[in-house]
Amino acid sequence: MASEKSPTGWYYFFVVVLAYLLLFFLNPEKFFLVWNFFIGIIVKIIPVFILVFILMFLSDYFIHPKKLVKHLRGNKIKTWALVIVGGVLSSGPIYMWYPLLADLKRKGLKPSFIAAFLYNRAIKLPLLPLMIFYFGVKYVALLSFLMIIFSILDGVLVEKILEVFEK
Amino acid sequence: MTQNQIKYSLIKTSRQLWRVLPILLGTILLVSLVNVLVPKEFFLRLFSGSSILDPILGALIGSILAGNPITSYILGGEFLKQGISLIAVTSFIVAWVTVGIIQLPAESMLLGKKFAVIRNVVSFVLSIIIAVVLYLIMFV
Repeated sequence: MASEKSPTGWYYFFVVVLAYLLLFFLNPEKFFLVWNFFIGIIVKIIPVFILVFILMFLSDYFIHPKKLVKHLRGNKIKTWALVIVGGVLSSGPIYMWYPLLADLKRKGLKPSFIAAFLYNRAIKLPLLPLMIFYFGVKYVALLSFLMIIFSILDGVLVEKILEVFEK
Repeated sequence: MTQNQIKYSLIKTSRQLWRVLPILLGTILLVSLVNVLVPKEFFLRLFSGSSILDPILGALIGSILAGNPITSYILGGEFLKQGISLIAVTSFIVAWVTVGIIQLPAESMLLGKKFAVIRNVVSFVLSIIIAVVLYLIMFV
């Protein structure tokens, strides 16, 4: 994992900014369309950013690595249930949750649980009525059920493959 | 909670978020760029009607596009109306939220390169399997 202290993140940011500069000079009309889209996302994710900040603060204050590892070794069913419910309830773009998950990973959260959390973000309770409108109740109920089951499979597979690569 | 502990945790959390800020901003900029510059109708023309290739293509398109899942439902609904198979539409919807090619650099930097690549590949394959399983349960 790239260290959060390394400048890689800034290089990545500047490369994307460079693409924006190019677009500005080549097609200013498109640039402003993209820029307005970007501002729209920023406005929408501010509440999520605040939520992530609060959760990271609480995690830093209450969750200590040794305690977390001990807890996760104790009751796996509870942990699976927690990551599944957490993934379903989490809102906002997926990348907003990377910092919190990276923090929990450092504290000992296994990759299988992180993968399952990310997978369950596919089920969005507030959006279910809209999904039902397009695809019907039977389809949405079955898909949601399958997504939960497959999130565990996803987590287990990711961890097993990671183990093979790290041997 | 003691004042000092709260202050320490607040500063630590602020620093952690400040360090990941360029990665998050870069990703949001990239997502905006792709969403505006790549017309959604373009993808509709790619489907061939093949029962084997279309689900893979659906998952591929879902992996490349990013944004609110609502957009994937609307697009998926349009795909269905245009006669694209339910398996292809399902793999598209599932891959949209579980696989993220645009977010891959951010995921790699924060959660590890191996983890990010393996998770995305596994989720891509599973999006097709889920679509097939769902279809079998519903219609067979």
